[in-house]
Amino acid sequence: MSETAPSRSPLPVLAVSHLEKHFSSGESRVQALHDVSLSINKGEFVCLIGASGCGKSTLLRIFAGFETASSGTVQMYGMPITGPGPERGMVFQDFALFPWLTVRENIAFGPHQRGLPKAKLDEISAHYMNMVGLGKFSNFYPGQLSGGMKQRVAIARVLANDCEVLLMDEPFGALDALTREKLQQDLLEIWERTKLTIVFVTHAVEEAVLLAGRVVVMTAGPGRIEEDVRLALERPRDIAGIEFNRVRRGITQLLSSHVSTKATL
Amino acid sequence: MRAVTPHLQRLLISGVLPVILVAGWHAGVRITGTRLIPVPWDVALMLYDFAFGGIYDDTYSKSLLIHLWKSVTRVYAGFFAAALVGIPLGLLIGRIKVIRQFVDPTLQLLRPVPVTAWLPLSMIFFGIGPNAAIFLVFLGAFYPIVFNTTFGVRSIDGRLFEAAAMLGCKGSSLFRQVVLPASLPSILNGLRLGHGFAWILIVVGEMTGVQQGLGATIMDARMLSRTELVIAGMLVIGVAGFVTDRALVMLNNRLLQWSPQHHV
Repeated sequence: MSETAPSRSPLPVLAVSHLEKHFSSGESRVQALHDVSLSINKGEFVCLIGASGCGKSTLLRIFAGFETASSGTVQMYGMPITGPGPERGMVFQDFALFPWLTVRENIAFGPHQRGLPKAKLDEISAHYMNMVGLGKFSNFYPGQLSGGMKQRVAIARVLANDCEVLLMDEPFGALDALTREKLQQDLLEIWERTKLTIVFVTHAVEEAVLLAGRVVVMTAGPGRIEEDVRLALERPRDIAGIEFNRVRRGITQLLSSHVSTKATL
Repeated sequence: MRAVTPHLQRLLISGVLPVILVAGWHAGVRITGTRLIPVPWDVALMLYDFAFGGIYDDTYSKSLLIHLWKSVTRVYAGFFAAALVGIPLGLLIGRIKVIRQFVDPTLQLLRPVPVTAWLPLSMIFFGIGPNAAIFLVFLGAFYPIVFNTTFGVRSIDGRLFEAAAMLGCKGSSLFRQVVLPASLPSILNGLRLGHGFAWILIVVGEMTGVQQGLGATIMDARMLSRTELVIAGMLVIGVAGFVTDRALVMLNNRLLQWSPQHHV
């Protein structure tokens, strides 16, 4: 893919350098991330991929500000990230919608925090409900929606809050195959329309190759970046295509070679 | 049963057991020949006289409403005070670790003490009269409300706090917009339990030397060996507790429209 090259090199939207993260529970200390450095530019669609335990979700949560780095720097536009903020919207695998709010109210939750007037809130939620195709469901509660619809609400909720970076933690992992395919297409459409920066965690190679402009392959024990692959595949991508499958095999090999070395430990 | 609506059918089914109980009661009294327990019909007469007068025409005739009213004011003064203190305290205990460490052990220590054991102290604190009764009702309703609220807050999915934080919701608006609604099912459950205890405790509460009230009537009737009046008072408390509980259930189902699984 070809993003137009800017005249001067701008600050990356998100950047971590020499990031270390360990969790301690009681006596034991687990190293989740070791010496991770990564810069993500505006408008990129980056997939973090790896086996479970490679720290991909932890890295995403550090970007979101839900976790802090044990050492190293975490920055957005060169400013340190100190906590969660509306400019970085997280989409969780288990949706994390507010079950007592309707679809409309869930989407308007962020703008409501900024004290916008009711008419403006309705306008914003209507706009994003239509964007994710849920216009008819504005007064439904999350409990009345299917998994795919819930995830659409979750995406609309962060978009409505004017996020610049969409952080997605295996967002389609809990959905059935047909729903997942539809949501992947819709997400690409939204990305092309809004030019958001997206960081997308997945363990499915096909999903990563279908969506991303760049695939960051991570390995476990402790979690680190193994390979940073830029995909030159044209969009729209054809999952049955020869090129697509060549790239997919390559990434699968990168992943499996490390899984097998780990298994011999 | 033909052409009977499901609603009516349910009503009929739930009416069977009371009929059996009353029949068994009547038969039991007749068979044993006891004079200590009145037959249901005598209680019915007493209840009628208690409500409308015209049968015995004594101190208790036509006095049901005033006794009921007195008890209702004490039950709800105690209950609302318990809710007013219990819900905010439960939210704070659930959410703020320091407060939990500070308050919770003491509450857990006080909780097993039966409310009846507080009766003497309550009368010393508040003197003879309704305030002592209200205090006992308050104590009984307070524990289920505060502990259920705490439980509700503690079981909120941590993701919801992360979602709220990322959408810019923090501080006191987090309490109002996330903590309170997310723990509402548990809070309402606690309110319902506490409300039940409030009615249970009204009899003990009115042992504190008040003249009027259903509990006071029952205690007086016991002294006078008027067992039919004791049972009439019991029935009135039962019905009052039941009807007000239905009102709470309706409130519960209305506030929890978003969660049919919490409907009663």
